[in-house]
Amino acid sequence: MIASRIPGREAARLYGWWRAYRFLLLRRAAQLGFLGLFLTGPLFGVWIAKGTLASSVTFDVLPLTDPFILLQSLAARHLPEATALIGAAIVLGAYLLLGGRTYCSWVCPINPVTDLAAYLRRRFDLDKGWSMKPATRWWLLALVLVVSAATGTIAWELVNPITAFWRAAVFGAGLGVVGVIAIFAFDLFAVRHGWCGHICPVGAFYGLVGRVTLLRVSAPGRARCDDCLDCFSVCPEMHVIAPALRGERTGRGPVIASGDCTVCGRCIDVCPERVFTLTHRFDDRLDPAPPEAEPVARASHQDSKRLNPDTRPLEV
Amino acid sequence: MTQAQSKTTLSRRKFLQDSARTATGVAACGLGLVALVEQSKSLPANALRPPGALAEGAFQSACVRCGLCVRACPYDTLKLAELGAGPAAGTPYFLARQVPCEMCEDIPCVKACPTGALMHSLTDIDKAKMGVAVLVSRETCLNFLGLRCDVCYRDCPLIDKAITLEERHNKRTGRHAIMEPTVHADQCTGCGKCERSCVLEEAAIKVLPVALATGKLGEHYRLGWEEKKKQGGPLVPDLIELPKRLPGTQP
Repeated sequence: MIASRIPGREAARLYGWWRAYRFLLLRRAAQLGFLGLFLTGPLFGVWIAKGTLASSVTFDVLPLTDPFILLQSLAARHLPEATALIGAAIVLGAYLLLGGRTYCSWVCPINPVTDLAAYLRRRFDLDKGWSMKPATRWWLLALVLVVSAATGTIAWELVNPITAFWRAAVFGAGLGVVGVIAIFAFDLFAVRHGWCGHICPVGAFYGLVGRVTLLRVSAPGRARCDDCLDCFSVCPEMHVIAPALRGERTGRGPVIASGDCTVCGRCIDVCPERVFTLTHRFDDRLDPAPPEAEPVARASHQDSKRLNPDTRPLEV
Repeated sequence: MTQAQSKTTLSRRKFLQDSARTATGVAACGLGLVALVEQSKSLPANALRPPGALAEGAFQSACVRCGLCVRACPYDTLKLAELGAGPAAGTPYFLARQVPCEMCEDIPCVKACPTGALMHSLTDIDKAKMGVAVLVSRETCLNFLGLRCDVCYRDCPLIDKAITLEERHNKRTGRHAIMEPTVHADQCTGCGKCERSCVLEEAAIKVLPVALATGKLGEHYRLGWEEKKKQGGPLVPDLIELPKRLPGTQP
């Protein structure tokens, strides 16, 4: 069966194709771009970034190290050289400013794969499958650190499909792709948003950073929301939307505060009412209330998609 | 009342059930991960780590598998382990028989390592300990058969230090010498050039991990002559110094 409503189509009709897909396209460009920085060397002999996402050097000066991998190394009681410590500090600092799980949605090479699985699930209206506990990833995050400490190894790097893929792509270790295929199948057939949303401890770690990070998505136009549910259906962490979008009832601000939000910006893209925007954590501004006449003017495109008239905001 | 009670019971039941399920799941994942980790610690005997590498146990607490040492290696000696290739997936290693370490004086692989999995304290490549060469096959080594192959000896970057030729009588012919290639473990860096250059189908000299190739004295062992030196005299007082009666000498 094919899903009846395609999220983003309404926004594309109203505001044009670019406006309805720009964050998605920018993210794909970023993901390819980061991989490209590492591939120009092996492919064309032009070295921009060397190494992998675990640790790299850009232009032979800028060291970057994954802070979660460094944390496991520390748990395993190894004090790394200054290069790795500085590199991890730079990365951590960047994500403290730029959104935490933006790593997941803008950098991680697994994201397009799980996004594709989620797209196919929506398109073919597959049921949500086995429902895992959302806390699983926290358990796994703790487990990885405990195993690292107990065995004296960087435990997750034996499994981590992100760096395995990166090594496969950049160093040509072909078997690294197997994990990616397994994750795709798992997400498509077993659990909706299974890997990135429930399991991956790397994402969980950046989710912790996301709890205090500066860059956030906000819903200043939440008064205009007409419950078409497009944002919910594209969101990889749909529980993060409601507290901000429906915050009016609970007295919460419009900023999506949850660290689980990957700041992928897909909700900004698909919303026909332009409810969402990209801003900083302390931006609690709401859009000014619409003039009385506007709801009537917009009624034409709203009627067809209103799902539950009872939840219509009071002032409309 | 009854309903309230049953609600409590149900939620307690559910809580216990959920906790048990989570604990079981986490324990199972943990055991799996530990098994994987422990298995990955067994480095195959022919796989050598780059110069300056921490001992295998500590190495895996430090190496983030970024491959920067591989990129820094000018001779394509180092490679990252494929899944199932033997060494823990993604860690750097080399096979001496394929491409040995050329022992660069500036040791670029060590400098490139961001974490210190390759110890930055190694600045003299001659002090490296990637492994120890061992002449494993006295039966097939051409020098042991009485020929003057000498290739491993000639190819050794520390010729006459790490490998020397020790002369002995060839009992088979009765009138020739056998020049035994002899490795001195304290000098050998484990670069693998000898193994690479061995002319045999299967190398008679092989570089083995230090731990495999090295014996260890019991903690309680004392070397009499060392102790004597430390003491500055004989350990047992009033020993009579007997005359040395060697062949051809007069007491």
